[in-house]
Amino acid sequence: MSQQQDLVLNQTFTSGYNYTRSTGPIVGRFLTELRQRKVVGIKGSDGRVIVPPVEYDPITAEELTEFVSVKDTGVVQTWSWVKHPRPKHLLQRPFAWALILMDGADTPMMHMIDAGSEDSMATGMRVKVRWADEPRGFIDDMVYFVPVESKDEAKPLPAGETLADITDIECPTYLDYNFTAGSSTARFLGAIKQGRIVGQKCPKCSNVYVPPRGSCAACGVATTEDAECADKATVESFTIVYIPIPGHSIKPPYIIANLVADGANISFIHLMSECVNEEIHIGQRVEAVWKPQAEWDYAMDNILYWRPIDEPDVPVDLIGKINPSAKETS
Amino acid sequence: MRDIAIISYAQSDCVADAGATNEVELIMPLVQKVLADSGLNSVQNVDFTCSGSCDYQQGAAFAFVLGVDALGAVPPIKESHVEMDAAWALYEGWLKIQMGQAETALIYGFGKSSPGDLPIVLSKQLDPYYSAPLAADSVSMAAMQARLMLEAGDITEADMAKVVAHSRAKAKSNPHAQLKGDFSVEELLAEPTYLSPLRKHDCCPVSDGASAIVMCTVEKAKELGKPYAIIKGIDHRIESGHIGLRNLRESLSTKIAAEKAGVANAKVEVAEIYTPFSHQEYLVKQAIGLDDDCDINPSGGVLAGNLMMASGLSRIGEVAMRICNGEYKRGVAHITSGACLQQNMVVVLEGAE
Repeated sequence: MSQQQDLVLNQTFTSGYNYTRSTGPIVGRFLTELRQRKVVGIKGSDGRVIVPPVEYDPITAEELTEFVSVKDTGVVQTWSWVKHPRPKHLLQRPFAWALILMDGADTPMMHMIDAGSEDSMATGMRVKVRWADEPRGFIDDMVYFVPVESKDEAKPLPAGETLADITDIECPTYLDYNFTAGSSTARFLGAIKQGRIVGQKCPKCSNVYVPPRGSCAACGVATTEDAECADKATVESFTIVYIPIPGHSIKPPYIIANLVADGANISFIHLMSECVNEEIHIGQRVEAVWKPQAEWDYAMDNILYWRPIDEPDVPVDLIGKINPSAKETS
Repeated sequence: MRDIAIISYAQSDCVADAGATNEVELIMPLVQKVLADSGLNSVQNVDFTCSGSCDYQQGAAFAFVLGVDALGAVPPIKESHVEMDAAWALYEGWLKIQMGQAETALIYGFGKSSPGDLPIVLSKQLDPYYSAPLAADSVSMAAMQARLMLEAGDITEADMAKVVAHSRAKAKSNPHAQLKGDFSVEELLAEPTYLSPLRKHDCCPVSDGASAIVMCTVEKAKELGKPYAIIKGIDHRIESGHIGLRNLRESLSTKIAAEKAGVANAKVEVAEIYTPFSHQEYLVKQAIGLDDDCDINPSGGVLAGNLMMASGLSRIGEVAMRICNGEYKRGVAHITSGACLQQNMVVVLEGAE
């Protein structure tokens, strides 16, 4: 077993997307009213005023249409106290989550209360919306709630041009992670950092995987034995790409290829350059072009790309089944 | 309806951080164990495979596709996946067998929650207009539910501490549990609140791990010659995603699922219930109608270790194995998903006649 077995590689990253959502007429109306610092609910089949409004009746499932104005004050029905806000929380000081029954509503809504301290919180307390200084037609136009007696109030609304109703909203969603590579991936990347390509062999079918994933996908068993490969490979398949890779030095048209490293049986995907694209073919022999050694990291792009070498083609049927490097030395 | 059997079950340790173990490495030993224990030995001898996981937990897109690498799926197998707890994958397997499209099914669930901030990740399952943009986390919402129950007099803080003490004591005999030991109610109540009114121990820990089950027709179980537990009833129900429209002091969806699954048809000797927060055990016990002499969460339950996306499947497995080994004749597994017990499944398991 390799010395790198216990190597643990972490990397923080953020995964996210700016979702654009259509609101539909019901949510859209609620958000349009919020922008005017007004709160509306909707009347359900049983006569209850539901805040914030829902599109369909919770009991009969029929479409709801009757909007009802409610006040921007209400009563706390229950609450929890966040002593240590999480990084993604909108308030970065201790605050309460609460279910608040707005005056004029029959169902509570969930929001935050900025009450200063847990001692200031109580079920049954009266609260009011702290409106955004510059509302935009989003749920956070209600920035948070405050006790009714609070002096924390929004600036007056700027006098007004007429704005179009809200029909679409942007909902950016970003989550932070600290990703840990699997042990087999960590071993592989540990070798790549030293300028070596080390795959792993299946104990059952003997196929060598580059890069290894921790298992032989065909046999469903762990790959534990390291298999040193050459930094030469054979083209198993390829495509010519006319779209640039953002931030990458390689310019289109370039080649993405499935390559089988000498000593491996299963292909991996990498880039090709220093070649006449039109002349690339299946069975073509290639070699790795490495970054300068000082720049090597735990990353597959230590190899910048692969370039053709003057060696006889590998017949299609034998790609991944023979090791051309081994043949040379024998 | 035909009787369907559970013949093998395995779960990994619940660990706070599985570190350099990827999803394939988490799944593989468990899949190999349940296949060996069932006598089927290879996924190629299984008619249908279904898994449950959620890519948001570790932030790796299509992790469940990589998970298939753990199985030995060459030549290709009949395979499916749910972005839910694997208990719902088991439900899909149950339907497949009911329809006569499979005799045997391999079910597994896995989750690596440690890379992200799980309570915030779970806020993404809320409605995207009113709740998710506020980053309403799962612990804060459960804490509001707990306060409603405390202030209404449904339970006391001591009741909640009793649930925790029971869980950790039971977990001492569960080698896979994350939190275990002897704690007195007084000791637990002396702890400060974490997210008031909840104390840290009222909340399940965040755990990494996986579990797996093999299920099959009773005929096949007899052919394989393994002890088995029979699924006598299974049902799942969901409540509104609008938190203000729900009565948080009861679990209506659990109650209906329990009725439909036939819990009340005979005595329940053992139950594994999925209550990530201590106060919820009271709600689920009420909703299912469990007696005081029922052995509740003999494994310690999820307060002793909570494998998101696998804990539900484990509840079924824990009950099934206690029936297979003859400890009990009839039991119930409960599975939950969503904020404040929004969605619930109830499974009734019995021994072979």
